[in-house]
Amino acid sequence: MDRVLILDVSDVTFRYPGVARDALRAVTLGVSSGELVALLGPNGSGKTTLVRVALGLQPPRSGSVRVLGRAAAEWSRRDLARVVGVVPQREDNLFPQRVRETVRLGRYPRLGSFGRERAEDRAAVDRALERCDVLSLCDRWLWTLSGGEYQRVRIARALAQEPRLLVLDEPTASLDVRHEMELFELVRRLVDEQGLAALLVTHDVNLAARFADRLLLLSEGNAVASGPPADVLRPERAERVFGWPVAVSSFDGRPQITPLRRPS
Amino acid sequence: MKWLGLVSALLLALLAALVLGPAPVPLAELWQSPIVRDLRLPRALLGLLVGGSLGLAGSSLQSLVRNPLADPFLLGLSGGAGLGAVLAIALHVGGPWAIPLAAFAGALVALGLVFRLGLVGGAELDPRILLLGGVAVGAFCGAVMTAIVSLAEATELRNAYLWLWGGLSAASWDTVRVTALCLPIPVVVLLAAARPLDLLALGEEPARHLGADVRAVKRRVYLAASFLTAVSVAVAGVIGFVGLIVPHLGRALVGGRHLRLLPAAFLAGGTLLVLADTLARTVVAPRELPVGIVTALVGVPLFAILLRRWTAY
Repeated sequence: MDRVLILDVSDVTFRYPGVARDALRAVTLGVSSGELVALLGPNGSGKTTLVRVALGLQPPRSGSVRVLGRAAAEWSRRDLARVVGVVPQREDNLFPQRVRETVRLGRYPRLGSFGRERAEDRAAVDRALERCDVLSLCDRWLWTLSGGEYQRVRIARALAQEPRLLVLDEPTASLDVRHEMELFELVRRLVDEQGLAALLVTHDVNLAARFADRLLLLSEGNAVASGPPADVLRPERAERVFGWPVAVSSFDGRPQITPLRRPS
Repeated sequence: MKWLGLVSALLLALLAALVLGPAPVPLAELWQSPIVRDLRLPRALLGLLVGGSLGLAGSSLQSLVRNPLADPFLLGLSGGAGLGAVLAIALHVGGPWAIPLAAFAGALVALGLVFRLGLVGGAELDPRILLLGGVAVGAFCGAVMTAIVSLAEATELRNAYLWLWGGLSAASWDTVRVTALCLPIPVVVLLAAARPLDLLALGEEPARHLGADVRAVKRRVYLAASFLTAVSVAVAGVIGFVGLIVPHLGRALVGGRHLRLLPAAFLAGGTLLVLADTLARTVVAPRELPVGIVTALVGVPLFAILLRRWTAY
């Protein structure tokens, strides 16, 4: 399958108004179809800011953000939602909702004139439910789902948009081992089988190293390293960025980080 | 089936409004009776339009300000309208349209003020500030209003006071016509915003990711819903709780999707207000209660139940 460059963030610098320090300094990030890229870095390193800039929600001070070759700022929200599906870190449903209903919301950017729902919209919703293995839950209320099921439903909603890029912001925060693994396996499968591009923001360095094709390591707004996991997760660099002594081992050919106990 | 139920409930309420009243009208002569044709029918229709508007405005505003306990009058319009009406009464402005026009103007001024306050943070309408701004503008108008009322004559005071509690007694074919003319544009604007409102219930940023132009939707919905409320308050005074309770009834009946919820809220709001008004003018006949008292007496207990449900988790 031909790799298509979908998200192209180039040399971006960003600063929040009234703050003396750059939140992002000359950061470059590309995500192509069939590729899973993980964004790593300690709290406050600029991960969320980078995602917001990449999605055109914040204009960069300098540098460029392009989606399919076109500047992010020029996309309408609706057109962008047909290319990029986002699973934000948080959302709170104001009113009780069922699984199928919430996944149907993903069709919004693709509905025809007058917002009519066509057969293809219903088919896309079914497909998305099936791919995320939540078709059997489709009549359940959202508040009856477990954390892992809920995250899969939210990914199904993003898939109903039929995007080419999936952006996931901390999708496994507060999930147990099984649900965490299921979710990473699901994202990996979508990337491999559907040729989706995926950008994953996560704190889980080890899972990112095992599942992602490339990592981008951020520290205080700087991209300190990017590339295949084994190149990025060098012991000295990881220690410096995360501010804690670590040992790096290898598992299945992927680097794994173990934080060390500090001698008392 | 649910829609059939909603429509039949509305028709029954309208029928009750035509049949019941202090002056007995034999069923056979219902359509010939001038009491029914010139008094009860326009009054019932006005109740339908006003109650429907409040239900519709309440449903959209609850999603806009992301608060299921919001009422259209929470956004300061009742204060502005009341101040306008009391000014007109105190200044003895004559003519049948003086009070409605003054109330409408007052509501629009309050609407503009709250809207401007909602934009203080930047180009983006902040729903939390909208709520706070509404309360502040309402309190300010209330203070000025009370000052005027305290200086006014006793009969004027009573009129102003009764007007504030809402009523459909001023209904005529003219008010029905004028109200009906004001409704189509805001109603269409709100119905067109139905799907983006579904998205907005997830939060502003998730709605953006799903392709909604959140900024434009918020402005349109605020202006259209407030305009509907302003029209209602101008022709019928401040009728509380319809705009708060009806959206919840609607959601329980047809679900949360706004494309279904908004029309259902219009039907349910109309039905409720027609019933409440029939009660208001029959329980103490030949005198009548302001209909806002009836809606409050029914609405407050319902509100308490809702409050419990929403804070339960």
